[in-house]
Amino acid sequence: MITRREFLQASMAASAIVGTSGFGTWARLAAQQALTQDQLLRFDDFGNVTLIHVTDIHAQLKPIWFREPEVNLGVGGAKGHVPHVTGADFLKMFDIAPGSADAYALTCEDFAALARAYGRMGGMDRVATVVKAIRAARPDSILLDGGDTWHGSMTSFLTKGQDMVNVMNALGVEAMTSHWEWTYGTDRVKEIVEGLPFPFLGANIFDAEWDEPAFEPYQVFEKGGVKVAVIGQAFPYMPIANPGWMFPEFSFGIREERMQAVVNEVRADGADLVVCLSHNGFDVDRKMAGRVKGIDVILTGHTHDAVPEPVLVGETILIASGSNGKFVSRVDLDVRDGRMMGYRHKLIPIFSDVIEPDPEMAALIDGEREPFKAQLEEQIGTTESLLYRRGNFNGTWDDLICDAIRSERDAEIAMSPGVRWGTTLLPGDPITREDIHNVTSMTYGACYRTEMTGETIRAILEDVADNIFNPDPYYQQGGDMVRIGGLAYAIDVSKPIGQRISDMALVDTGEAIEAGRSYTVAGWASVNEGTEGPQIWDVIEAHVRKLGSVKLEPNTSVVVTGI
Amino acid sequence: MKLTRREVLWVGLGGLAVAAVPGLARAATIEELTAAFTGGAAPAGEGISITAPEIAENGNTVPIGVDAPGAVAIMLLATGNPEPAVATFTFGPAAGSQRAATRIRLAQTQDVVALAKMADGSIRQAQATVKVTIGGCGG
Repeated sequence: MITRREFLQASMAASAIVGTSGFGTWARLAAQQALTQDQLLRFDDFGNVTLIHVTDIHAQLKPIWFREPEVNLGVGGAKGHVPHVTGADFLKMFDIAPGSADAYALTCEDFAALARAYGRMGGMDRVATVVKAIRAARPDSILLDGGDTWHGSMTSFLTKGQDMVNVMNALGVEAMTSHWEWTYGTDRVKEIVEGLPFPFLGANIFDAEWDEPAFEPYQVFEKGGVKVAVIGQAFPYMPIANPGWMFPEFSFGIREERMQAVVNEVRADGADLVVCLSHNGFDVDRKMAGRVKGIDVILTGHTHDAVPEPVLVGETILIASGSNGKFVSRVDLDVRDGRMMGYRHKLIPIFSDVIEPDPEMAALIDGEREPFKAQLEEQIGTTESLLYRRGNFNGTWDDLICDAIRSERDAEIAMSPGVRWGTTLLPGDPITREDIHNVTSMTYGACYRTEMTGETIRAILEDVADNIFNPDPYYQQGGDMVRIGGLAYAIDVSKPIGQRISDMALVDTGEAIEAGRSYTVAGWASVNEGTEGPQIWDVIEAHVRKLGSVKLEPNTSVVVTGI
Repeated sequence: MKLTRREVLWVGLGGLAVAAVPGLARAATIEELTAAFTGGAAPAGEGISITAPEIAENGNTVPIGVDAPGAVAIMLLATGNPEPAVATFTFGPAAGSQRAATRIRLAQTQDVVALAKMADGSIRQAQATVKVTIGGCGG
C-alpha cells in the first residue's frame, strides 16, 4: 500500500468530492490537484441542523478495498435510475472523470489500478476524525448508524459484536437500527442493547406472539432549537432472509401503516423534522417515500449503495451512504416553522491515506484486535486475481468459495449466499485468515452437504431471483442472486417468478439438469436450525492452502437477458 | 394495522362473532363463495383496507387484518389455498368498530381477499398479495 506522502504526490487526476450546492452537485476541483483532508471535509455550513450518517459498516474497523458493483440491475420503475447505474454510465450520470478519485470510490471501473493509486478506504479511526471535524463545525449534529454494524469480521464474530459496540460507543453514535445484529440471537442483542448509551430503534420490530411494538420506535432530539424525530426502521425481512429461529420472539415487515402512524404521532407531538433511519434497502425506501407522508429525510441502508447526490421523492430526500466505512454522509438542513426548507449534502469518501487516523480511536481498535492478532494476520495463500463479491451475480470471491466447497465437500453443485458484504483483494495480495472471514463471517456458517433434485434447485434459483427482480420493491429482500458453482443457467430478469430460469446444465459435462434426478449440493448460510458441517471459512482455508496461489478464470456460466 | 389485546377484547364484547367454516366434502370455489356473500352485487374498492405482510415470515401463521367501517359482515378468502374460505366475521349494531384480525395458513404465494357487506347491502373489496418464500440469502 502506498504511503500518505506518495498518495499526495500521485499524479493521477484527482477530482475531489467537495460538492456543496444545495442539491448536492459535486463541484470538482481542477484536475491534477492532489487530495487533502481539508478538501475532503470542506463544507459550507448550511441551515441549523446536521445529520451524520454511517451504515452497513459490517464490522470493518481497518481500511479495506471494496469494489462497487459492475452489475446492479434495476427492474420495473427502478430501471435506469440510481442505484441501478454502474461503471461508465455512473461516471457519465454524475459527471465524474474516469481515473479520478471519485471514480475509484464510487465505481468498479479500472478498480485494481485505481486502488493502487488511491489506497484503501474506510477505517473507523479515519471515520472518527471526520465525525469529530463535523461536530466541531456543527455542535448541533446527530450521528446515526443505519445498522449491519456488529457483523462481518473475524473479530466481531469472536467477540459477538463487542468490538464494534465499543468502537461505536466511542464514536458517539446517538441512535441505530439493525439487521445482521440479530444473527447473534435474541439474548445477545438484548444484552448489548441494555448497555447501549443510545436507543436501538425499530418501529417495525414487533412481538411475534402479540403483534405489538417491541422496541423503541423513535427518539426525539432537540438540536439548534429544532425538534428532530428519528424513526428507526429495521431490516423488514429479518426472519425470512436470516435464521428466524435465532430471534423467534420478534416479527418485522415493512409495516407501512405503522410507519405512517409513527410519523403522524411525532408530527402531532411537535416534531419540526422527521428523519427515518432505515435498513429497508434503497428501492424499498424509494417506494415508501412516495407512500408514507411527512418524512423529510430517509437515511437509507442495507443495499450498500453509495449515491453522491440526494434522491428527491416528493418532499422527501433519500441519502445513501455506501458501506464498509467507505463513506460518511453529512447532511445540513435548514428547518424553520416546522418544515425542512433546504438541504446541503456531501458524501464524504474516507480515503485512508488522506484522512489522518484519530489517535484515540486507532488505539481502541488496535486494542480490540490485539488478542486475535496472530490468528487474523496468518497468511493462508496469495491471489493472482482480483477477488470481489458485490454485484447481482457471481463475483470472483464467490467463484473461489464455490470451488472450495465443491472440492472440499465433494459436491457436483455449490451454493453460496448472495450477500452484499465482503471486502475485495487486489491481484498480488496475500490472503489472510481475516480476509477469508471478511467474506464469510457469520453465526450460521456451517457448510452442509445434501442431495437435491433438479426441480428443487430450479425452485431455489427462481425463488431467490424473485427476491431481487420482482418489479415491486416491497417484495425485494435486498440480497444479490445466490452464487452457484458447477451449474450453468440462463436468467431472463424481466420475466415473472417461475419463468426466469432456463438452460440449467452441469458446467463440467454440459449435461442438462434433469428435474427428477438427484444432485449432490453443498453450500453454507442455511437458515434452517440444526444445519451440520464444517465452518465455511475452514473449508476455504483448506482449499486455499492446497492451491497456494489463487487464479480464477472469468466465469461465463450465467447468461443474463431481459435487461 | 395492529390490534392490541385490549382492543380485541373490546371488539369482542361489542358483538364480534366468528363463524368457522365447516369442512366441506368439496371446497367451495372463490366464485361460489363470493356470489353467496355478495348476492351478485359488484364490489367497490373504497372504505375497506386490508393489512398483511408483503412476504410471510411463516406461511403457517400469517397475520391478516381488515378494517371496514360500517360493515355488517367481512369475509376473508385465501385464493390460493386448497380451501379458499378462511372466515366470515359478522358485526352486530353494538360493535364499536368493524375490524377483525386473525392468522391464517397460506399454502403458497397468493392474493388474500377481503369482502365487506355494508348495512345498505353494498359490497367493498380489498386484496393483498402475500408471498410465501423459501428464504435465505438476505444481503
